[in-house]
Amino acid sequence: MLAHDVLIIGGGLAGLRAAVGLCDKYDVGVLSKVHPVRSHSIAAQGGINAALANSPDGRDDTWKKHAFDTIKGSDYLADQSAVEIMCREAIKVVYEMEHWGCPFSRFPDGSIAQRPFGGADYPRTCYSADLTGHVLLNTLNERAVAKGVRVYSEWFVLALVTDNDVCHGVIAFDLKSGEIVPILAKTTLFATGGYGRVYLHSTNALINTGSGIGIAYKAGVPIKDMEFVQFHPTALIGTNILITEACRGEGGYLINKDDERFMARYVPNAMELAPRDIVSRSIQIEIDEGRGFEHPLGKYINLDLRHLGAPKILEKLPGIRNICIDFIGVDPILEPIPIMPCQHYSMGGIDTNEKCETNVSGFYAAGECACVSVHGANRLGGNSLLDTIVFGKLACLAIDEHLRNNSAKPDEKLLISKKEEMEKKIYKLMYGGNEKPYRILVDLSKTMSDCVGIFREKAGIEQALMDISKIKERFRDVHVNSPKLYMNYELLNAIELEYMLEVAHTIAIGAYLREESRGAHFRKDFNTRNDTDWLKHTVARIGKDGEPVISYKDVVITNYQPMERKY
Amino acid sequence: MITANEYTFKIFRYDMKEPEVRPHFRSYRIKVISGLTVLMTLLRIRDEIDGSLSFRSSCRSAVCGSCAMVINGKIDLACRSQVASFGDNTIVLEPLPNLEIIKDLVVDMTPFWDMYEKVKPYLIRKSPEPEKEIHQGEDERKRIDQNVNCILCASCYGACPVLSRTPDYIGPAAFAKLERFVLDSRDERPLHFLEGINNEKGVWGCDTMLRCIDACPKDVRPIDSIVGLRKTLLKYKAKKIFGITKDED
Ligand SMILES: Cc1cc2nc3c(=O)[nH]c(=O)nc-3n(C[C@H](O)[C@H](O)[C@H](O)COP(=O)(O)OP(=O)(O)OC[C@H]3O[C@@H](n4cnc5c(N)ncnc54)[C@H](O)[C@@H]3O)c2cc1C
Ligand code: SF4
Ligand code: FES
Repeated sequence: MLAHDVLIIGGGLAGLRAAVGLCDKYDVGVLSKVHPVRSHSIAAQGGINAALANSPDGRDDTWKKHAFDTIKGSDYLADQSAVEIMCREAIKVVYEMEHWGCPFSRFPDGSIAQRPFGGADYPRTCYSADLTGHVLLNTLNERAVAKGVRVYSEWFVLALVTDNDVCHGVIAFDLKSGEIVPILAKTTLFATGGYGRVYLHSTNALINTGSGIGIAYKAGVPIKDMEFVQFHPTALIGTNILITEACRGEGGYLINKDDERFMARYVPNAMELAPRDIVSRSIQIEIDEGRGFEHPLGKYINLDLRHLGAPKILEKLPGIRNICIDFIGVDPILEPIPIMPCQHYSMGGIDTNEKCETNVSGFYAAGECACVSVHGANRLGGNSLLDTIVFGKLACLAIDEHLRNNSAKPDEKLLISKKEEMEKKIYKLMYGGNEKPYRILVDLSKTMSDCVGIFREKAGIEQALMDISKIKERFRDVHVNSPKLYMNYELLNAIELEYMLEVAHTIAIGAYLREESRGAHFRKDFNTRNDTDWLKHTVARIGKDGEPVISYKDVVITNYQPMERKY
Repeated sequence: MITANEYTFKIFRYDMKEPEVRPHFRSYRIKVISGLTVLMTLLRIRDEIDGSLSFRSSCRSAVCGSCAMVINGKIDLACRSQVASFGDNTIVLEPLPNLEIIKDLVVDMTPFWDMYEKVKPYLIRKSPEPEKEIHQGEDERKRIDQNVNCILCASCYGACPVLSRTPDYIGPAAFAKLERFVLDSRDERPLHFLEGINNEKGVWGCDTMLRCIDACPKDVRPIDSIVGLRKTLLKYKAKKIFGITKDED
């Protein structure tokens, strides 16, 4: 049986950072359903935050100011101790990435360049043109190659094997050979990314199904704050490809059909650079109230960069220009970009502490699939790349500590019986009923976008919960076309779909119960924040009957007392 | 008004595990609204018509490098190619050349990654790290811009005429990657590290047909790297002859 000291699921930034930190000392395996450089992290554009104080306009920036901005941005739902760790560590990890070869953009003095981003009081976002995820992920992949990390590329994890709150490894699926393979591990780290594809309109890669979160949840690991879903204000209409916040950081305007810079009505001080939740809602209101433009692909408003001028666009936002030309036939030097808000990021995820530990011994999570929580109810732009690398790194310490102190041996028998269970499940998908996986996914994602989107209210979420349970019923009848196990992406989609249903269910139930508005969670029927009753994290566990069981847990407050969030 | 036109997609089918079934094309007729990409249409074909069709995709936005294939005779990323842009109602899709086919449009990328790893595609330093960043001028940074853009999609690898006859030629992408580090002001690799490419399997194997430049969706121009590396090697050789360099370690 395959076995590793450390098994890392996910070859994005969080997974690779952890692998690079552990492979000198331990036998590490990294398993990813796509080649690591095809991970979603590659698509990040805008930048990564760290209070380097390199900018002439930000010489007095400090990690503490970064922490305050993050906590305020989170609408006070972030655990403050975790935020402090992240912001302090930020400076170290950015320098470390630079030392490893990351080609950051530079200021004229040769230091790492920094740009302004929403919700931050200082220009604190380090970047490489608009390809920041691309350069960071390549740098970590290069590091992994240099260190000879063992990568199982195009392997998919089907299930996590836990028993009495101890993790023993995973059941994996080799997409090329079609074999179902149990892998024993003394420690397992999930770095499986976000769940964007649970929504119809999402900026995320097609592979971002959130299956990792669903797999952990089904194995009995608690998941946290799932109702907090970030909507990015500016995604291209139609394809929903992200148009980075750096466009606004560099000075872009949002304009409605009356040619008005409407952010003046909502947040006159920060304008386009208010945090994402606020800008997204402002845009949605403009559209809902009839001040958007009409297009066959949907209603939109304009993001205007023309006044920045061609040289600045070509230097700072070249990737954005190419995206606009290739995908909608618009050159932002000459025309405004048609955008709409879309699902973008999952603040919630596998419930971990600051050491990336979960409730299950030997099982860890980091990156977007985890909820530490450093983003609380709303993540600031540039903080998520940071989260992946910082907690990818910190996970190494906890895993090292565990391996040094723990002699418990993973149990082969448990893996074998789980493998059999998975084989049966796959057999059933191949010889099942009449439902096609894609139809179910369309219905699910549409429900989520319509009923658990930017604006929510009781009746809508009730509808979503009803739809989800009907869709879960239909899933029992799902069937895939081809009986081959290898290179069968329809089968893979069907397997992931089951986990997506669970993820969607926990989002909807969390949103239903949370009777307040905080950060990205906005209830029309409870439109203010309510600290007395709701300054707490939602925790979802799977119950015996398969339904989610919800409990709550306190937010960690250190130095920053909750106050009204004004920009 | 959204208009949908009917298209015929002729898609290459082959299964490595069933070699007795010869490679063939299968046609799918599908209505496509203008603006839709080849990748989005492929996904619909797989979902709605034929679940057994295999192809790779991830980002759907031309940044991850998964979906390179031959589209109507030209190598490109399926996700950035608009169906309507071909001026023809038949679209022919084939897998990338120069790599073995696993199934349908999925090729075995192993040789491509092997060559990538072989050139030591990472920053190599000997000096101790400074406490903060290693300074790099804007112009030094700009020098590597073009190479940094590479998304490792293997389009150039598929287009390379040398690789079609010399499978162990290192190939354009790996050279672009290597030069990305050789030109990086922070890199301190000893020049003798380049010996491995100083031969016909290396930089001297290229026929400069420029096919890699045509195929690259990111304007990387691997040939510039090959020419650049050749120059570096010649300079190195000259220095060695005149005993100027003391090539430590
Ligand atoms: C378009 C876009 C732009 C963004 N820009 C920024 C930005 O500028 N700044 C910022 O801070 N943040 C940004 N973000 C957010 C940030 O990119 C992500 O949160 C971050 O990259 C997530 O990294 P990760 O390592 O957690 O996961 P990912 O990079 O998503 O990697 C997940 C990995 O898990 C693997 N995997 C998943 N499930 C399985 C399974 N079941 N079995 C095997 N493998 C599996 C995948 O193959 C992949 O390797 C952006 C997000 C989007 C959508
Ligand atoms: S050089 Fe261009 S074609 Fe070749 S792998 Fe890189 S991006 Fe693709
Ligand atoms: S799907 Fe990522 S490049 Fe086409």
